[in-house]
Amino acid sequence: MEDLITFFSFQNPNIRFVTGGSVLLAISSALVGCFTFLKKKALVGDAVAHAVLPGICLAFLLSGTKNPIYLITGAFITGWLSLILIDVITRKSKIKEDTAIGLILSVFFGVGILLLTMIQHSGNAAQTGLDSFLFGKAAALVGDDLVIFSVISICLLLGVILLYKEFALISFDEDFAKSIGFPVKRLELALTTLTVLAVVTGIQAVGVVLMAAMLITPAAAARFWTNKLSIMLLLAAIFGAFSGVSGAYISYVAPSMPTGPWIVMVISMIALTSFFIAPEKGILYKLIRQSKIKKRILTENILKLFYQLGEMDSNFEEQRNIEQIQAKRPIRTPALLSGLNRLSQQGFLKHHKGSWQLTDQGQKKGQRIVKLHRLWEVYLTKYLRIAPDHVHEDADNIEHILTPELEARLEALLQYPTSDPHESVIPYNKPIKN
Amino acid sequence: MDALYIISAGSLVAVTCGLLGCFLILRKMAMVGDAISHAVLPGIVLAFLISGSRDSVIMLLGAGIIGILTTVLIEFFHKKGNLQTDASIGVTFTWLFALGVILISVFANEVDLDQDCVLHGEIAYVPLDLWITESGLILGPRVLYVSGFVFLVILGFIILGYKELYLTTFDPAFATAIGISTVLWHYLLMAAVSLTTVASFESVGAILVVAFLIAPPATAYLLTSSFPRMLLLTVILGIVVSAAGYYLAVLLDGSIAGAMSSVAGILFLIAFLFSPTEGVITTRIRQKTIKPNA
Repeated sequence: MEDLITFFSFQNPNIRFVTGGSVLLAISSALVGCFTFLKKKALVGDAVAHAVLPGICLAFLLSGTKNPIYLITGAFITGWLSLILIDVITRKSKIKEDTAIGLILSVFFGVGILLLTMIQHSGNAAQTGLDSFLFGKAAALVGDDLVIFSVISICLLLGVILLYKEFALISFDEDFAKSIGFPVKRLELALTTLTVLAVVTGIQAVGVVLMAAMLITPAAAARFWTNKLSIMLLLAAIFGAFSGVSGAYISYVAPSMPTGPWIVMVISMIALTSFFIAPEKGILYKLIRQSKIKKRILTENILKLFYQLGEMDSNFEEQRNIEQIQAKRPIRTPALLSGLNRLSQQGFLKHHKGSWQLTDQGQKKGQRIVKLHRLWEVYLTKYLRIAPDHVHEDADNIEHILTPELEARLEALLQYPTSDPHESVIPYNKPIKN
Repeated sequence: MDALYIISAGSLVAVTCGLLGCFLILRKMAMVGDAISHAVLPGIVLAFLISGSRDSVIMLLGAGIIGILTTVLIEFFHKKGNLQTDASIGVTFTWLFALGVILISVFANEVDLDQDCVLHGEIAYVPLDLWITESGLILGPRVLYVSGFVFLVILGFIILGYKELYLTTFDPAFATAIGISTVLWHYLLMAAVSLTTVASFESVGAILVVAFLIAPPATAYLLTSSFPRMLLLTVILGIVVSAAGYYLAVLLDGSIAGAMSSVAGILFLIAFLFSPTEGVITTRIRQKTIKPNA
């Protein structure tokens, strides 16, 4: 508790720097990441993150200092080059984009490692700490870093705000953007530049490998909650900021804990939770909806079976047992039993010992399903000219989703046919008009 | 002797990775290989903790399982969550890698691993880590045995499953029609990639694994359109990369893994520019010589 208060009072400048830095980095990468996510280029962030290493080493070799401005410039140049190369390779050869990304990523990083070890072996004392670019050093952020981060983050934020509409358009419909005369090429270049900037700064907090998460994960999490771009950006920024603060807090409370990986851990947990529980798109929501639909299809199929059995021996009141039903259509016994029980509870069936009987309500519903099935078969053979022996399966699916409005239109369109293509009678509630 | 040990270890890993990589890049799964090579980290750490040693079969198994789990998770988020593939890959492997780094921090005293060696690996230590029997007999570098074993397993897998792997890569619909399970072979291939990654991890590092998985196959792909020839070229390229990479590293006094990746990149660049059929420059020259006649 004491830790919590010390931490969140932000009295300690160190805490202020670490938290401020982490939050700024997380927010700016999350915002840029939303656009790369929507452009289905989420993994280019990973490539850039690896490609900045040779740039940093070259900048150090050429300038001989660890001045962050030089290093960031070097990182920026090779990061940018990597994206251009990925684009050239995919356009000029049969190599696919994912291969190009993986290739550029590993080769640039390999060159970077080679340069880094050459610098280390050269015995140059000024190089110590150069490899913090590899793994990040969020916990060691100092005032100067924060100034640079803030400037870059503000540039990123301004870039995203100013070009919001343009980026939205090229993310969703590039062809349309082109057709209405947008400078798509230049906008792509601007987005690429912002991505590289976000990666270059972010790496110093979380390191090379985890940088991809700072771009992709908040965007992926936010996408599950909304279909609106503005809200998605806002959510991604909030998720990013929250994980930035949490990462800083965790490594403050437990100093042996690395800040960067914890930032990624927190944002990943937010994302995993979102994948499961988000309404509409969440996995749980989908599973529940699927099982509901499955149950409904099962109960409707059972009612249809009862009706068809009734038709066969012209007795809709007859009690049927499980064997009789399964003889007509093999449904697995446990599923069938639970369906029968549900139908009895809903009042569509009457349960006697080991056998079931249609109620009036059940008869009506069964009749409607049989009618829809046969109407659809007529429609398919008559209007789509599909052979009668090919229509059954399609009708089996459609019968469960036809609405009463469509039902009425079908009846009118087909002029109340009396029988389906297999010569079975189509049952109606109302008398057939002449 | 050291040079021979290092080059043979590098070649074994390069050839094993390259053979699998040919299937990966044709299946558009290059980044899945990248993801696995990072995501097995927590598996390796946990296996260290459970088995207490580096060279046990438990380690290969444990980390192999995490590797397959990674691909299952990627598929799950993609299929059930409707998350696009690239994002699904990105979210999954970064999360697992973060978990691995956190585990290393927590058990820093018990696990003899650090972040550096995980990423760039230290193939230079190959000749130092010798397999010495209880009677004191020196049998050579341990890494050679491990990578040699994995190489044989993977080679056997590819030879025995060649038809199935080939069909599920080039014509999955036909494969399904004649009763070959694409799902089964997908996961078998993923298991093979995980096994290779884990075995290569501490000797060559995650990034060189990715470079070996992708660069030689991509280069071979530009040089031929016949798949068996692509496999053969990949093997040759893998050995060339290892040998040239080693001497480049000695020349520049730098990381061997880094130098091998760099050489792999240079070879790709040469193929990209000068491949007889595909090369950017060769095509341009051909176009120029054709034009005057047209």
